[in-house]
Amino acid sequence: MLIEKNAVAGTLESSDAQVSVEPADELRLNIESVVANQYGRQIKATVLETLSRLGVDKGVITVIDKGALDCTLKARVECAVFRSCDSSEAGIPWGGAVNG
Amino acid sequence: MINAVGRDIPDYLLKDGREVYQGKNYRDGQYFKKDSPRVKKHEKPEGSKLCSTIREACEKCGAHDGMTFSFHTEFRDGDYVAAMVCKVLVEEMGLKDLHVAATSLGSAQNIFADYIEEGIIVEAQSSGVRGRIGEAISTGKLREPAIIRSHGGRPRAVEAGEVHIDIAFLAASSSDCCGNAKGQGGKNNCGSMGFAMHDARYADHTVIITDALADFPNIPCSISCIDVDAVCVVDQIGDTSKIATKEARMTENPRELMMAKNVADVIAATPYFKDGFSFQTGVGGPSLAANRFLEEHMRERNIKMGFALGGISGAVCDLMDKGLVERILDTQDFDQKAAAHLFSNPKHIEIDLSQYANPSNKGAYVNNLDFVVLSALEIDTKFNVNVITGSDGILRGAPGGHPDTAAGSKCCIIVTPLTRGRMATVCKDVVTVTTPGDCVDVLVTDYGIAVNPLRQDLIACLDDAGIKHVTIESLQEKAYSLVGEPDPLEFEDQVVAIVEARDGTILDVVRKIKPYSFD
Repeated sequence: MLIEKNAVAGTLESSDAQVSVEPADELRLNIESVVANQYGRQIKATVLETLSRLGVDKGVITVIDKGALDCTLKARVECAVFRSCDSSEAGIPWGGAVNG
Repeated sequence: MINAVGRDIPDYLLKDGREVYQGKNYRDGQYFKKDSPRVKKHEKPEGSKLCSTIREACEKCGAHDGMTFSFHTEFRDGDYVAAMVCKVLVEEMGLKDLHVAATSLGSAQNIFADYIEEGIIVEAQSSGVRGRIGEAISTGKLREPAIIRSHGGRPRAVEAGEVHIDIAFLAASSSDCCGNAKGQGGKNNCGSMGFAMHDARYADHTVIITDALADFPNIPCSISCIDVDAVCVVDQIGDTSKIATKEARMTENPRELMMAKNVADVIAATPYFKDGFSFQTGVGGPSLAANRFLEEHMRERNIKMGFALGGISGAVCDLMDKGLVERILDTQDFDQKAAAHLFSNPKHIEIDLSQYANPSNKGAYVNNLDFVVLSALEIDTKFNVNVITGSDGILRGAPGGHPDTAAGSKCCIIVTPLTRGRMATVCKDVVTVTTPGDCVDVLVTDYGIAVNPLRQDLIACLDDAGIKHVTIESLQEKAYSLVGEPDPLEFEDQVVAIVEARDGTILDVVRKIKPYSFD
């Protein structure tokens, strides 16, 4: 998928993460997390794995993590990407890149 | 050297007779010579010790570079006096190389963080470290590592001469012009002055700072005028509405109430739950709420509590007013209800921190404690508890009386949710050991109860009562399955704080954290 415009998903509540995406020519990741010392490696891996599953290879991805579980992180990344290319209404790849 | 809880303590810290932690009751039966203050005689009748400014009082007491000053934190986050005094010492008098000996350090003393950053405060010892001071200490800004002592460890260290206080600046809700002072009778009443009383007797100089001048003699009192050098009157000593902070709240959260009920059920299943039993709770949501559920069991068995100990909340006072508690022994009041109750009920009695928990006196009250219910930031599969460092390795907690009551009590119950956000509370190894696992008996979480295998007797009690329990390893595995296994924190070599066991041996050290980089 291609990030076509700026989009955001998630909140800054405890146990959530706010993910914003913007179009760019290359992939850039900015992550900050309240649990970076213990889960930074896993958070980065989850975000990269989700992007790769969605076929996103360029864009600026900013994650502000407030201690979200992996499932929440994945959902927020997916949602931000879908919103950025107007796929939220009809284009979610159920059974494909999104298979629960 | 590896100590009895498996922590590696750098050899360079083991000087001047300092040892690593050897297990509980290691120094039982030893003799020691008590340190004594060097005090100034007030032979000539002076009528009043009132000083017009804090600076005048400081000069009268010989405030100097390199001195150690102390204060109490009965006003918790609402304390004004510590910051007020420190500002005078630093900004009006230009003193430097200051040493702080506090009962706690928190957001009310945020200005100390600036003085630590500027190298003016160079050493600190406290029973708790929160807020900006925690960050300043954690990033290694003190000249020497901070020393974290329990509430019992602090008076032990004072009496052993390991910390000698030059001037104690003690906030008092009322005082007369000669220094008879207490936590009542003014416009900002903190209740118990248990954190302050011992300092007044062991400091070379004592300054009372009050916002309510009472007629002489202001007795009965917590601090006697015979221990006081000077009295200052200021506009406000603190904000009592900030005593009941979020750490000391009564929960409505159903998950916490469920844990509280399970705590009460565990207590009722032990042989110590009989007429005259003794009890202490911390101020975490579920531990405070355990009071409610205990009442049902007490009525059902028709038994009363002999004494409640330690930091006191309105919930315990309610139990006394209902005729269910014989005595309250009070070091600290967590709310205004408890503070007022202390002075309206003759069976609600103020005690100081040495009486409460000092392991080097001839028998502190914690030694007669049946149950203590405490919370934890982390507990590991060895039952070691951490209440001082966050999962990021930064100082942000307070041992307080945790290690003392755990060691003294017959049954120490830790109550905590299995996870907090993404943090696994039950883990393989706590970041910092503040209470050793051999003092911790039962863990109650929202996912189950675990009993320390050292306590087969308690396991049998729970089995007899039909209370389900699991291994602590299974709780840790459940936690990791929910949040993922945390990576170990990475530290630099520099030790930023020493966690002393209550007997003065070294239980653990806190090292400077390496900032995490996502690159």
